[in-house]
Amino acid sequence: MKERSFMKSLSAGLVPAVPYLWLGVFFLVPFLIVLKISLSDPAVAQPPYRPLFEWSDIMGFFSALDFENFELLTQDDLYFRATLSSVRIAAISTLLLLLVGFPIAYGMARAPERHRSLLVALVILPFWTSFLIRIYAWIAILKPEGLLTQALSGIGLISEPIEILNTEWAVYIGIVYAYLPFMVLPLYATLEKMDDTLLEAALDLGSTPWRSFWTITVPLAMPGIIAGSLLCFIPAVGEFVIPDLLGGSETLMIGRQLWSEFFSNRDWPLASSVAILLLIILVLPIVIYRDVEARRLETRP
Amino acid sequence: MRRTFAPWADPQAKPLIRVDNVTKRFGDAVAVDHLTLDIFEGEFFCLLGPSGCGKTTLMRMLAGFEYPTEGVITLAGQSLEGVPPYRRPVNMMFQSYALFPHMSVEKNIAFGLKQDGLPKPEIADRVGEMLRLVQLEKLAKRYPSQLSGGQRQRVALARALAKRPKVLLLDEPLGALDKKLREETQFELMDIQHELGMTFVVVTHDQEEAMTMADRIAVMDHGRIVQVADPGEIYEQPKTRFIAEFVGDVNILEGHVMGQENGLWRVKTASAETPLTIDDPDEVLHSGQAVAIAVRPEKMTIQREKPGPEAVNVLTGEVWDIGYLGDWTVYRIKLATGEILRVSRANVSRFVESPIDWDEQVYVTFEPGAAVILAE
Ligand SMILES: Nc1ncnc2c1ncn2[C@@H]1O[C@H](COP(=O)(O)OP(=O)(O)O)[C@@H](O)[C@H]1O
Ligand SMILES: [Mg+2]
Repeated sequence: MKERSFMKSLSAGLVPAVPYLWLGVFFLVPFLIVLKISLSDPAVAQPPYRPLFEWSDIMGFFSALDFENFELLTQDDLYFRATLSSVRIAAISTLLLLLVGFPIAYGMARAPERHRSLLVALVILPFWTSFLIRIYAWIAILKPEGLLTQALSGIGLISEPIEILNTEWAVYIGIVYAYLPFMVLPLYATLEKMDDTLLEAALDLGSTPWRSFWTITVPLAMPGIIAGSLLCFIPAVGEFVIPDLLGGSETLMIGRQLWSEFFSNRDWPLASSVAILLLIILVLPIVIYRDVEARRLETRP
Repeated sequence: MRRTFAPWADPQAKPLIRVDNVTKRFGDAVAVDHLTLDIFEGEFFCLLGPSGCGKTTLMRMLAGFEYPTEGVITLAGQSLEGVPPYRRPVNMMFQSYALFPHMSVEKNIAFGLKQDGLPKPEIADRVGEMLRLVQLEKLAKRYPSQLSGGQRQRVALARALAKRPKVLLLDEPLGALDKKLREETQFELMDIQHELGMTFVVVTHDQEEAMTMADRIAVMDHGRIVQVADPGEIYEQPKTRFIAEFVGDVNILEGHVMGQENGLWRVKTASAETPLTIDDPDEVLHSGQAVAIAVRPEKMTIQREKPGPEAVNVLTGEVWDIGYLGDWTVYRIKLATGEILRVSRANVSRFVESPIDWDEQVYVTFEPGAAVILAE
């Protein structure tokens, strides 16, 4: 008896520790390593940075760390422009995702109940093919003699090939296409729970369907809108593959900058400081979200 | 004052709502079946019927959430055909209340007024007035999740009343309240309706509630209306066996008509030795017709001594069960045929010498005017 209750309290103590353990091993430790590298100096060596960690000279190790790389980031406006451009592209993409995802999620929530689980499965289905392959497929669609041009000239809408590939538009198309499930699923989850009689009550009180949508449906779907937007915005800011494959050389994004510092210039410390910068940019919306959520729960226990 | 209110008896009076031969089908299922109904201005009208008989569907057609498959509904002489809910001068209080969870009590009540584009101060005045009416002034800033069931019910009522609709539809308005609160709220609803002079259409499956509140009751069954009348008539002159059994308790004795004597019907039943004498002159019957005789429990008397030869309608049985309810005592009497009668007796005195006991042989009698004949 006693042993069992001991096991029970042990497992009760361990279960909440699981997420911390995971985050510790796969987030905190790598983060500390990256942070350390970002404070180091580049070196032509293996690994390509100094100083290396040694127990015998701890004081010397810490005194060799400095903020030079971050200063460099502020001096060259390339990083500032890349950051701004990333945030802009991610924000516009998130908006487009909302515009495309909301009607889809709304339609799914309104579908007959027996169809809904199938629809959810279909939304997730593209994940069965590798992300990279699906983005490559878009090159074939968007390139000047690609499927899109063929289709549009086939029905007589255009006479010249359209230039979409290697523009920002291609990046938007790629992000909207690739991230759509992350927008649709949280929206669907909140919309599905919504009580239809609330909309009827709004209509009954004289509100047109369009106004009822804005005064009832949208506010009640807000948790889903915020969750979906964050799930799309955050990875979109740091996106590398889509701008690299579809965006051409003109599209400036911080993720590409990080990649080129890391692999082309082999400047690991600078690349690490770009990574830290990216993290700082993304912490902000998460904090805002938590704040909004906490206030919402406060007023409505 | 309410007594003289009977516009339905006036052939000149124009109804506020006219439901004209309306049918509503969902696929193959018929929810409302060729239903015709007039409701007059200022009426407290109850739709009463068992679950699934089509009450909510009829309400939803009045509110505009469903459209009739056949037939027309008119409001104040205007057809409601194709008129969406947000253009009808009708408001509904929902069975689930349907309060907006993201709005405070105030905002909920103000919602409908805002849609009309009333100026802000006027909205504030009207909201204050509604909060006073339902006695919720102190809770104006609360959210629905912070209210009790009874308080939510009041917010829903205030919200539906705020626009002063021509007709207020209430779908099972008291269904979610406990018994005591229900009874209090019934009277409050009546007071509010009287004070505002509004037309109320209330759906309920609770016959006591309908009897208490309504000017007129429409009893529904399988999508049809089986009787529309004031509560007294529904109770004392039910048209069918379904109504007699649905509204209040009743004893049913089956038999055959023997004929008419001095304006009274003589009916032969298996339950009584001599034919029963029933005073129900409006019925048109023929000899040999199978009928059911309905007698309410409180209209029967029970006694230990054999009644004299002048007594009519005597049934013999033994006491099967006694239920003491405080104000009433209900006896269940088993007849020789095996039928069980319910007889209730008001407890007018606190002490009874040698009360009737279990298993005793007793005589049950009723007056000719106490029974109604229901053609089968
Ligand atoms: N939207 C609907 N689709 C299909 N059948 C319905 C729908 N609404 C109601 N019904 C059917 O119509 C009948 C009447 O329902 P309802 O009006 O809700 O009855 P009540 O309110 O008297 O309980 C029921 O048999 C119900 O199953
Ligand atoms: Mg109902």
